[in-house]
Amino acid sequence: MSANTVPLPFSCTLRSEEETAKLAQRLAPALGAGDVLLLQGPIGAGKTHFARSLIQFLMARDGHVEDVPSPTFTLVQTYDAGALEIWHSDLYRLTHPDEVTELGLEDAFETALCLIEWPDRLGELVPETALTLTFSQGDTDDARQLTLSATDPRWADRLTPLLAEASYD
Amino acid sequence: MGDTLTILGLESSCDDTAAAVVRHCVGESPAILSSVVAGQNDLHAAYGGVVPEIAARAHAEKMDVCVEQALRDADVALGDVDAIAVTAGPGLIGGVLSGVMCAKGLAAGSGLPLIGVNHLAGHALTPRLTDGLTFPYLMLLVSGGHCQFLLVSSADEFTRLGGTIDDAPGEAFDKTARILGLAQPGGPIVEREALNGDEKRFRLPRPLLDRAGCDMSFSGLKTAVLRARDALVAEKGGITVQDRADLCAGFQGSVRDVLAEKSRRALREYMALNPASPAFAVAGGVAANQAIRGALETVSAEFGAQFVAPPLALCTDNAAMIAWAGIERYRAGHADDMSLSARPRWPLDTSSPSMLGSGKKGAKA
Repeated sequence: MSANTVPLPFSCTLRSEEETAKLAQRLAPALGAGDVLLLQGPIGAGKTHFARSLIQFLMARDGHVEDVPSPTFTLVQTYDAGALEIWHSDLYRLTHPDEVTELGLEDAFETALCLIEWPDRLGELVPETALTLTFSQGDTDDARQLTLSATDPRWADRLTPLLAEASYD
Repeated sequence: MGDTLTILGLESSCDDTAAAVVRHCVGESPAILSSVVAGQNDLHAAYGGVVPEIAARAHAEKMDVCVEQALRDADVALGDVDAIAVTAGPGLIGGVLSGVMCAKGLAAGSGLPLIGVNHLAGHALTPRLTDGLTFPYLMLLVSGGHCQFLLVSSADEFTRLGGTIDDAPGEAFDKTARILGLAQPGGPIVEREALNGDEKRFRLPRPLLDRAGCDMSFSGLKTAVLRARDALVAEKGGITVQDRADLCAGFQGSVRDVLAEKSRRALREYMALNPASPAFAVAGGVAANQAIRGALETVSAEFGAQFVAPPLALCTDNAAMIAWAGIERYRAGHADDMSLSARPRWPLDTSSPSMLGSGKKGAKA
């Protein structure tokens, strides 16, 4: 890890929905199959907005315009951004980690880019390599506080060029 | 193909497992001979918020029982059936797959034709099953996680005029209930609370009303309710029963106004086609909300369109709509073979641009 590596956890303030979308777009190029992003935070904290921004950016890069509806009811929505498969999942309605297996999420953790809302429902199935994004209300109505954290040290290296840019934006 | 068709329908794409038998004789009203829904046989399931049945195995086990009971209730044998229709998507892959596998098994064993049906087409064609609407009609389809305006021109021509770009209204009702500490499903409970509330007390937004077109957004409304709740808690340490009722009334009023205004725009587009028998059909839990239903009826009347809201049991997940869509498709000459596959994603209308807004944002960046 170089001296210039941005340490995790990394926190930043997102002053508006647009800033959240921009951050999602900035992270997007570093993400690929096998990456799992756990989106934490209470209802209304901006988890789905972040996921939607990220998915639509990756789809647009591949020339597609697509709705990204909330996955709360359907549990999982999948997208194809070129060769990259994206799984957007909201586990709020699950009651047991076994259901995660039924959904096929464990396989998707290996083969797709997975964006998981309400990841506490995963129990012990949380992948060790996941990146956690924790959203909370900021000091104004539109602002959100975001903290990125990971137990896998590789995330710090991967995110450094992107987050360093964010800090002097 | 005779004048009378009897079709067995299978549905397992969401939380429920269902089978039904529908018979239609040309020139007569269709008859639902049986309609069996296993599992969460709850009329309010359209609002979501219930525990999902995601295990393919559980669907598969229930499907056999449902089919047997549907045939028994209809008093027909499999040999009396003309074809088997099954939901082939969109939905949860495990559920869809188990339905398709079961239908293939039945078709192979009996030699009957197999018809794959889009779950959303099932919903969109329901007003023809219940009210005999003629094409083209306008449909506001609000089912589970869906919310869209569809121009239905034939059994396989659906033009999407707009839809939600984030949450569906039923989901917004559920989340509002969660925010206010009310039970799930949120739809009926928030409506009941709203009866005692003052909808003018809290100024909640009417998202996307300022934007042209029929797209809708309900996610920000939920956040506004959350914000209003937090402001009350900060001010006096909690919320009273009256605060809660007022918030519910304000929230419901916003949803009502957005749906009414977007329906007005959709009706304007639809009426420009000069339909011979104009009709506006609303399917889903939203039509069960009296305040919203009343507003939509009023808008429909402004345009002289017949207002139709199929019974809720036929707007939640059921197999009668799949059997009916199967009849429509079969009459139009469509049938599938053993290569029919489950399609977790299957948009009804792939020709219309899916939405305004965020998609463009992505392209600009």
